[in-house]
Amino acid sequence: MSAPEDRDLPLPPLTPALPPARPGPLGLFLRNGNALVGLLILSAIALAALLAPVLFDYGPFDMVAMPLQWPGQDPAHPLGTDGLGRDLLTGLVYGARVSLLVGIAATALCLALGVVIGAVAGYMGGRIDEALSRLIEFFQTIPNFLFTVVLVAIIGPSLSTIAFAIGVVSWPAIARLVRSECRAIRARDFVMAARAVGASDLRILFTEVLPNALPAVIVTASVMVATAILTESALSFMGLGDPNLISWGTMIGTGRDYLRTDWFLTAVPGGAIVLTVLALNLIGDGLNDALSPRSRTR
Amino acid sequence: MAVPVLAVDNLSVRFGATRAVSGVSFQVAAGETVSIVGESGSGKSVSSLAAMGLLPATAAIDSGSIRYQGRELLGLSRREIRALRGRDMAMIFQEPMTSLNPVLTIGLQLTEMIRRTPGVTRRQAARQAIELLDLVRIPDPARRVGEYPHNLSGGMRQRVMIAIAVACNPRLLIADEPTTALDVTIQAQILELIDRLRKELSMAVLLVTHDLGVVAQWADRVVVMYAGATVEQGPVADVLARPLHPYTRGLLQASPRIGAGFTYHDGVLPEIPGSIASAAVEPGCPFVPRCRHAEPACRDGLKPLRPILPGRDLACPVGARMTEVP
Repeated sequence: MSAPEDRDLPLPPLTPALPPARPGPLGLFLRNGNALVGLLILSAIALAALLAPVLFDYGPFDMVAMPLQWPGQDPAHPLGTDGLGRDLLTGLVYGARVSLLVGIAATALCLALGVVIGAVAGYMGGRIDEALSRLIEFFQTIPNFLFTVVLVAIIGPSLSTIAFAIGVVSWPAIARLVRSECRAIRARDFVMAARAVGASDLRILFTEVLPNALPAVIVTASVMVATAILTESALSFMGLGDPNLISWGTMIGTGRDYLRTDWFLTAVPGGAIVLTVLALNLIGDGLNDALSPRSRTR
Repeated sequence: MAVPVLAVDNLSVRFGATRAVSGVSFQVAAGETVSIVGESGSGKSVSSLAAMGLLPATAAIDSGSIRYQGRELLGLSRREIRALRGRDMAMIFQEPMTSLNPVLTIGLQLTEMIRRTPGVTRRQAARQAIELLDLVRIPDPARRVGEYPHNLSGGMRQRVMIAIAVACNPRLLIADEPTTALDVTIQAQILELIDRLRKELSMAVLLVTHDLGVVAQWADRVVVMYAGATVEQGPVADVLARPLHPYTRGLLQASPRIGAGFTYHDGVLPEIPGSIASAAVEPGCPFVPRCRHAEPACRDGLKPLRPILPGRDLACPVGARMTEVP
């Protein structure tokens, strides 16, 4: 005689329930706490930079208060004022515009050059690859910062020339990455399968090879924005920034004279740089985790 | 006689100093399945890649001709041969797991192929993609078109590969070991699918395999290759019933014959002594070192493929004299 609970056991469903949908790359990215923090910090900075003229009725170069007030001393100027009585918070927010703009513009140029040159070299191979690899190595052997300084000094400092110089100096990193990715992807079976059904080289490059190289490029690009911001700050610190625009580097440069007495003048913009670069790196890490092939379950 | 869809004649391919294929000849007629069978390194894949113009840059074609519907393919420009690929002849490969682009949906990969035909709108292509998935018996095709390759099993992916290959209605389908990576039940389904499409789309099929069972079940004619040379060819039933080349005989003796009541339990299966000869250039028949019937004359030069019986070609003068069934 069978136990009564045997009959009460529910029958297994005839069709097994579908497994819950796996989160896509975006879902994976947003589940990553670090990446989310990075995204929030960067969004806040970007929002402040966009709204700068709305937030303040005076510009970053306007002398609006007593000079050298410490943070918290005057509620109207929460982060204090510099040696000329300019509001530090205003400078910080306007400086964010320059930093982000240079970072994005330089990275865009870097991607345009690096992806095209790297993809052609990696996909074509042979002599073209030889020639382009030599070109990449030529640019890589020049010390990066020195090259940027020379370029800016020759063309003259302005927002666009600084972005141009940083982009021209840093594309080899992207080119090398794209080249090696393309070389690896070119040998994969689905590229052969595409050739077997008559796809042209250009079509294979754009639909088969580059989309598969994209995750690595996106990750590197996010870190590259951070590097560009650092380079721009260093240029401005040395007095090679755009003289008509305030940037975090300029603020640190002018604060240097007061380093022993009023160190907050360098610490505040320095902190802003640290925070932005940290945010970009957190985002880069998060993207890496979300886009890497390891996270794609079969 | 009608012009064969694919006619390979005396093809020789070399990788550096190593000869991969020497003097291979075979033909595939419309609506026919021809199987190339041979062990690893026998040159069967190289021959089929050569037909598609897909040999790697390190390969050199020394001699021979490859004609598609009477048109010589060797010497065509890259652009001309690319125009043939996909529309006139298509190929599917061994590894369905890696033969699809992992970052694009299968629908996108299909429509890309379909839209190579001029004048097909995006909407028509999307509808055709679903029809093609239905044609290769993928359940619920309207939902499947939006999925990525990693959502599909190996058998499903091979079906998608077949759908892509037949999207432009090619006259010739080359299948390079299409079922090696799949388990046996899926194998039968995929081969049945290829066979059904051959009939429905009246394609010629060149089936490259190392599985004599597959040959026996699905092919009309068989081309046996050994160390880069064609050793024997003919109608499948005839070749399997009366193999003439010592290599073919050895292969068949080494297979269990369940139908004849000879299985693994009835005794040790005979084997062919030695291993496949290197593809390096050596005078004489490449099978000589392993051949029980070799004669001094066998070492004198490559034996050409000669017609022996109606529809049967053989590259062995010794085998030609033997008529008894093993």
